[in-house]
Amino acid sequence: MSAKVEIQYSELVRQAIIDACRKLHPREEIKNPVMFVVWIGSILSTMFLVHQFSGFNLQICLWLWFTCLFANFAEAMAEGRGKAHADALRKMRTATMARRFNQGKESAVTATELKIDDLFICDAGDIIPADGEVVDGIATVDESAITGESAPVIRESGGDRSAVTGGTRVISDRIVVRVTSEPGHSFLDRMISMIEGARRQKTPNEIALNIVLVSLTVLFILVVLTLPAFAAFNERAAGQTGVVLTSLPVLLALIVCLIPTTIGGLLSAIGIAGIDRLMRRNVLATSGRAVEAAGDVDVLLLDKTGTITLGNRMATELIAAPGVRPEELADAAHFASLADETPEGRSVAVLVKEKYGMRGREVAEGHGHFVAFTAQTRMSGMDFPALSSGAPRRIRKGAADAVRQFVEAQGGLYPKAVEDTVSDISRAGGTPLVVADDSRVLGVIRLKDIVKGGIRERFAQLRKMGVRTIMITGDNPLTAAAIAAEAGVDDFIAHAKPEDKLQRIRQEQADGRLIAMIGDGTNDAPALAQADVGVAMNTGTQAAREAGNMVDLDSNPTKLIEVVEIGKQLLMTRGSLTTFSIANDVAKYFAILPAMFGLLYAVHPGAHGPLEKLNVMHLHSPESAILSAIVFNALIIVALIPLALRGVKYEAIGAAAVLRKNMVIYGLGGIIVPFIGIKLLDMFLVAVHLVR
Amino acid sequence: MKTNDIVQVLVFFILLIGLAPLLGRYMARVFTGESTLLSKLLAPLEKAVYRSGGIQPNEEMSWKQYFLAVLIFNLVGIASFWGIMMTQAWLPLNPMKMGNVPWDLALNTAISFITNTNWQAYSGENTLSYFTQMAGLTVHNFLSAATGIAVLLALARGMRRATVQKLGNFWVDVTRSTIYVLLPLALCMAVVLAGQGVTQTLSAYAEAQTLEGAKQVIPLGPTASQVAIKQLGTNGGGFFGQNSAHPFENPTPLTNFIEVFGLLIVAASLVFTFGLMIGDRRHAWCIFSVMLILLAGSFAVAWWAESQPNPVTANVLPQLEGKEMRFGVMNSVLFATATTGTSCGAVNSMHDSFMPIAGMMPLWNLMLGCIVFGGVGAGLYGMLMHVLIVVFIAGLMVGRTPEYLGKKIQAWEAAWAIVAILLPNILILVGSAIAVSVPAGLAGLGNSGPHGLSEILYGYSSCAANNGSAFAGLSANSVFFNLSLGAAMFIGRFGCIFAVLAIAGSLAVKKTVPASPGTFPTDGLTFTLVLLGIILIVGALTFFPALCLGPIVEHGLMVSGRAF
Repeated sequence: MSAKVEIQYSELVRQAIIDACRKLHPREEIKNPVMFVVWIGSILSTMFLVHQFSGFNLQICLWLWFTCLFANFAEAMAEGRGKAHADALRKMRTATMARRFNQGKESAVTATELKIDDLFICDAGDIIPADGEVVDGIATVDESAITGESAPVIRESGGDRSAVTGGTRVISDRIVVRVTSEPGHSFLDRMISMIEGARRQKTPNEIALNIVLVSLTVLFILVVLTLPAFAAFNERAAGQTGVVLTSLPVLLALIVCLIPTTIGGLLSAIGIAGIDRLMRRNVLATSGRAVEAAGDVDVLLLDKTGTITLGNRMATELIAAPGVRPEELADAAHFASLADETPEGRSVAVLVKEKYGMRGREVAEGHGHFVAFTAQTRMSGMDFPALSSGAPRRIRKGAADAVRQFVEAQGGLYPKAVEDTVSDISRAGGTPLVVADDSRVLGVIRLKDIVKGGIRERFAQLRKMGVRTIMITGDNPLTAAAIAAEAGVDDFIAHAKPEDKLQRIRQEQADGRLIAMIGDGTNDAPALAQADVGVAMNTGTQAAREAGNMVDLDSNPTKLIEVVEIGKQLLMTRGSLTTFSIANDVAKYFAILPAMFGLLYAVHPGAHGPLEKLNVMHLHSPESAILSAIVFNALIIVALIPLALRGVKYEAIGAAAVLRKNMVIYGLGGIIVPFIGIKLLDMFLVAVHLVR
Repeated sequence: MKTNDIVQVLVFFILLIGLAPLLGRYMARVFTGESTLLSKLLAPLEKAVYRSGGIQPNEEMSWKQYFLAVLIFNLVGIASFWGIMMTQAWLPLNPMKMGNVPWDLALNTAISFITNTNWQAYSGENTLSYFTQMAGLTVHNFLSAATGIAVLLALARGMRRATVQKLGNFWVDVTRSTIYVLLPLALCMAVVLAGQGVTQTLSAYAEAQTLEGAKQVIPLGPTASQVAIKQLGTNGGGFFGQNSAHPFENPTPLTNFIEVFGLLIVAASLVFTFGLMIGDRRHAWCIFSVMLILLAGSFAVAWWAESQPNPVTANVLPQLEGKEMRFGVMNSVLFATATTGTSCGAVNSMHDSFMPIAGMMPLWNLMLGCIVFGGVGAGLYGMLMHVLIVVFIAGLMVGRTPEYLGKKIQAWEAAWAIVAILLPNILILVGSAIAVSVPAGLAGLGNSGPHGLSEILYGYSSCAANNGSAFAGLSANSVFFNLSLGAAMFIGRFGCIFAVLAIAGSLAVKKTVPASPGTFPTDGLTFTLVLLGIILIVGALTFFPALCLGPIVEHGLMVSGRAF
């Protein structure tokens, strides 16, 4: 997608400026209560301008409007990218023709006429008209329109790579596809609505923060509105009149300076930018809520294969049981793997071919019938009917304990030597597959896992962030423990059956933890739906993609870690800018209060009163001080737009350290920066004669 | 600063830090229903109370039921006490034949004592009968303090419990607080005070012949019993108008020491009780430290300011205007900052007479909401509202939905915490602004100019924070002040209690999330500093403009030799 949607920066800015003006409509402004107050202030100051025109009042009025516009601009900038994205996707949804396949007959219909469970055919060069599941054939598909990934992917019937997406193009071969989505509810439609809809609803944290900001706004409005009463009381006591600046524009300027406009103006931009950052990493979130939840995740459930280990396990060695010839073991292993299309199965066939020179056997040879691997039996193999030469044979290969049960159930013995070999292999981090022929154990196949480079460091970072990782594997506990230790995960579930995942998620949730998991298979769907953050892989089945609340278009399982980081960044940016916004108020008091009250209790006209001492920045005049403060307040919004869009830098250094660092930068910095900024602006405004 | 002063201050703080955890542990045992040293003696009394009230001690309440119980209990208290005052002339124990109290003053006083404020727009010795003092003031000194403790207990249970609705039984909490904590402590203290010369009699006022031959009436009364609970329960309502500056209420330096200590000890110990109840003693120490720093800070600034020469009074030192000779500067300032840091409000000197900056510190303590140990219960739950906001902001800053003691802090908690913090602030600002703008408000002022503004700010701050001390100088016994300050007290008290219980109820229902390295720790130096910083900044941002036009400008004028 990132490859497809090229966005011109200048175009983005131009569009954002137009949108910023459009957002001045009260219907838009009322959505953001803090900025709505500024908006009302702008209108009041404009009305006051008509009543009492002066250069000063005009400038205040203009800067109040600018404050509104800058906040709108920030939001429009953040929205721009997503909008361009959605527009590009929408163009793809043009009416394609479909070749409906009905009882052996083909008919041409438009894509919108396809209903659930209809079958259609796609040949090389066809655009797939609707989401569906391949029921026959295998094809390479160019999914770059959706994922931005130019390398074609393979889609085949059965298994976990059967889902195809409307709008993508078949580049080779022919497939028959069963439609799985209603027209208008396709994955493409969902993507568009995700991109557009995710920003519409406020997330729980955003709502809570908004309440805090609105309360502070109310407080500061009251602080300012009660000031004229206190000032007038003092004026009467001092026997002075009109020395305190409490004209409407000054009070409005003070209100706008004090209420948290910096965070108020950038709040929605931060949220949108968070979703956008995910999107640029090719992850689509169904809601902002999901992104936020990602930041809170306590536990990551990760499948071992593909996430923690590279690709697939490979068979590297055959170890025969005592009294069994290696060739006999190789022969049985080959039979058991002939029709086994899993990568492990193929690797056994490859090993046998290379080491023992067996090749070209057909499944039909020996009239065997293949027994596929299931998560329940955890074995695969071949059944041979009773032939003239002897009794029926059943060859099995599979997890050690499963084969042991199988053998012992038939009265066979499970040799101690095999048991030792199995645990040796497991302890070394390999996976043993035991091969049996009826009640006889023939030997062990060693499968090896290769842990991905750098994954250990990622898990260490996650641990510092407070996220525990749990590896899920079908391996036996020994193998699992070895790999877990090598990869540095915190915990593992061995012998995992699909329902174990769901069980573990429920159990962790009952303990109050938030769980994220990534999955692709149909049997992952319940767990994906149960997890607080469920990331479905785009290559996964339709069921998985429906169940998750995020879709990873790259189908890269390590992406989950980035998702967590982005979620955290989103909250950190909000918190940091809130702190910054409030800390800014200190300097603004030291600019505006002496400006308002500097002449109070002056001994004679023209002299300063005691409160002039608060003018620690030595600002030129009351007017320059007030104007500098309001200009600073408006410009800081613009200055922080890049930070809001980019997010506060995230480091995995533990909560207390992160807090200390951000408090120094945004808390202490928030107190100091405006002192410097306001002073510089004051000097500038005086130098260009904008104020007396 | 004499060595003597410094030794006293050190002894005071060391005793406080040493004894608070002990009393805290005792109270934790009491409130969790474990047996204590006093159980054998007092359990029958406790049972008798339940039996006579028809209370099922094991029946717990949801937060709404709990609030309703608080409200009904207090409304009945206000009505009955109001009734007693308006009919005291016809009631017994009235040797001085005091007349009935006017309706507005009586209403103000009733609200004042039920809300643990003890704002007094009257002088006890010329307004109230002994019966009113004993059956009204003293009783509510106990009950209002017990109410504060009860609400704190409900909050602590809400934080500790998980996935339940119930927060405990209000009647049990009030009964236990009164019988096992307040009564024994008050009894001991009253005996010591009486031994030191605080009056304790039901006879009529004494008459004496002065050296000049004039006749003088010397007010007496059952003082010691009331003063003890006035201090311990952070009530602060004096038996006499001069409060603890009166020689029959606070006769010696020793009683003074006991009284300052008494007003802090229960509130300070409750921090540790809370720590034990939530199972996090390190967190309790952090909160205790923040309170201690705020108290010591305001005391230090005030003591320093009060030791500066005043050009308006020819730079005479020490400044003894408004202070009792037997206490001196340090003990007056310590009493002033302690009584305003807690919501006690007893005074042993006139804060109005302090230097502007020294007078600003008690005012500042009130504006922060009396959270420096605070009113028994009330101060800590007020502080915990700040803690929730700190946790909320800090939680966001570390990139995680904020959690406090394993509970997620979401919109509901954030909203009610900020209501509890801002409600008193709004009452102070709006109330004061109205008072300085209307003739009825200006009529009560003893001074014009910035000092007058300080008097009014102090009045509303004192009432909104349920403190009850006065800056003096403000004649507050008028319909305007009685009603507006009464409203401030009522809203300030029950608004906050509602918010606190709403939070407690919501927290109780939530699951407890186990802490992880990604959780912001609430038991370290970082937390302590951030909490301190946020309290100071939010307080300063709210009140700096008003303080500028009050004590700060007054200070500027005083330095140049001008006064109002």
